[in-house]
Amino acid sequence: MSKDYKDMWKGLGLNIDAHDGLLSVLTNAYTNIYLSQKERPKGMSYFDFVISEVHGLRIEELLNAKAKGKKIIGTFCIFVPEELILAVDGVCIGLCSGADVGSDSAETHIPRNTCALIKSFIGFKLSGICPYVETADLIVGETTCDGKKKAYEAFDKITGKVYVMEVPNKKSESDMRLWKQEIRQFAEKLQAVASKQITPEKLREAVRVVNEKRAALQRLSRLRGSDPAPISGLDALLINQISFFDDPVRFTAKLNELCDELDQRVKDGRGVAPAGAPRIMIAGSPMAIPNWKLHAVIEAAGAVVVGEESCVGERNYRTLLDDKFDSIDQALEMIAERYLTIDCACFTPNDERLDNIISMAGKLRADGVIHYSLLFCTIYMMESYKVQNSLKEKEIPFLRIETDYSSEDMGQLKTRVEAFLEMIKGA
Amino acid sequence: MKRGGIDIGSRFVKYVVLNDGGTASFYKSETGHNPLSVCKRLISSDKPDKLTATGYGRHLMEVWDDIQAITEIKAVARGAKEVFPRCRTVIDIGGQDTKVVSLRADGRVLAFEMNDRCAAGTGRFMEIMAKALGYAISDFGQVCAPDNDGNITINSMCTVFAESEVVSLINKGVGREQISRSLHLSIAQKVIALSKRVEVNEDIVFAGGCAKNRRLISMLEDSFQKTIFVSESPDMLAALGAALY
Repeated sequence: MSKDYKDMWKGLGLNIDAHDGLLSVLTNAYTNIYLSQKERPKGMSYFDFVISEVHGLRIEELLNAKAKGKKIIGTFCIFVPEELILAVDGVCIGLCSGADVGSDSAETHIPRNTCALIKSFIGFKLSGICPYVETADLIVGETTCDGKKKAYEAFDKITGKVYVMEVPNKKSESDMRLWKQEIRQFAEKLQAVASKQITPEKLREAVRVVNEKRAALQRLSRLRGSDPAPISGLDALLINQISFFDDPVRFTAKLNELCDELDQRVKDGRGVAPAGAPRIMIAGSPMAIPNWKLHAVIEAAGAVVVGEESCVGERNYRTLLDDKFDSIDQALEMIAERYLTIDCACFTPNDERLDNIISMAGKLRADGVIHYSLLFCTIYMMESYKVQNSLKEKEIPFLRIETDYSSEDMGQLKTRVEAFLEMIKGA
Repeated sequence: MKRGGIDIGSRFVKYVVLNDGGTASFYKSETGHNPLSVCKRLISSDKPDKLTATGYGRHLMEVWDDIQAITEIKAVARGAKEVFPRCRTVIDIGGQDTKVVSLRADGRVLAFEMNDRCAAGTGRFMEIMAKALGYAISDFGQVCAPDNDGNITINSMCTVFAESEVVSLINKGVGREQISRSLHLSIAQKVIALSKRVEVNEDIVFAGGCAKNRRLISMLEDSFQKTIFVSESPDMLAALGAALY
């Protein structure tokens, strides 16, 4: 970090010792997993910088924004429309939930058999090491699974900042009506929190910013379809993770610069692994920062991860939002419609997800798909069987992994992944 | 050329050397707390020209001397295919893993399943249960009660919980032959459950140290209603497969 932020962290009420501990673990992990990679694109230096300042400069920026009257809105889910947050001059931030932190404290509020992601966001807060939660003016939850839905009750008790949006479980007309109503209420809530009115001009500008970010992420995804892959899965995952808390305009510019470099790599036939190295696509539960476990195992075994069919990945940027609206009412309807195209496993029957996985595997030229579920992430664990069957029909090799943030299963995980790669290479 | 295969398991290191004349030498030693020194000792006793490592500790060898490594799944499939050319399914119960591997007709791995993270229903489970009942591991399973004797079941697959179940059964005065039978049955059921997730085609080969247990073999044969093939040294199949790689 470029300077000493201790006073800032103290001001936010962080537990300085525990926070120092977290930063040193993160720095070590990042050095071992990220900085040791070969053939990294030069453009990754920006994202390395963002990570090195993730609890420093970025928090300072947020506090400066707050001082100017901007509101910081924390989220955990891609159903929360960033466009609306930007339209009230707010800042949209994904909150910490990707490391095994404070589980014992979290378990005083939620059961032991809760998924690692939920346990993590409660553990981060209770351990006093997440500056984002402390900076946030409003934390937006959603009803995408039973675990999160109930955990937000506890989280609201702890933080007093939680607002929950109800995401329906089907996509019928009545579900759409409910969801449109939820979007309208969320817009009202934001206007009240920010004391600002959403105007068509503001919203149009917000839609443009978010669309450009999504378009840049789509561009990165297309580039990963080349063989040899011009960027590692680890780096691409990191970029997707950073997309949730960096300034969107700056992020988009830096990502496009990186993509220009990757374009050149593709032209030169230069990659992070030799052409013909096994290409793996991941499908399933989101990988919140700093959850790099599975990518690290796969890429250490000589394969390259070419895509994430995940909320931290394709599900986040697959669809752009049409900005041709004449009124706020019409815009809110279009926002609701865009977000209800998301193929989250919380929907039933959600068969569009199967089609999306097949089409993605084709575009990315994946040699195999690993379905990744966090333990106790029931909806993705359930869907993995449907995914397995539909991939079997297309004769695409499949491996199911259920794991969490701990390292106790690393030996077995490595054996599974390596045996899967041997299977693909032998095929 | 002498080809060596070394399988570094959680309980034993197995080492196979294929000599020029087509004969094979087998070595086995406890893994202990320093597997690399065990490996070095075994290798220096019969130096191969080419060596491949497999098993849980395979990467130790890679780090030590850039020795190529393959997973035990691929290795056991190769070894089983060598000894039983018609093999299409391998059941491998090792020290800490249970695996079911489905093979294509040409011997390549089609699919595999393995237990998640704990030693439930593995060789280590057998060892601990044998000890709790006062059997030597080599005798375990030889003196089980017949299937129709009593109705004792072991419900827990967790080694720790199952051991406490066993202790409470002993204290109720249940005979150890009966407890032994139900323990074997619980392991067989675990393997059956795992095998349902892959295609099980004949011939079925049982590999790993637990394949020396006659009772387990017969229970698996009863459950599958198929012949189970076991080689003379089932614990050596993965090392053999590595040597052949």
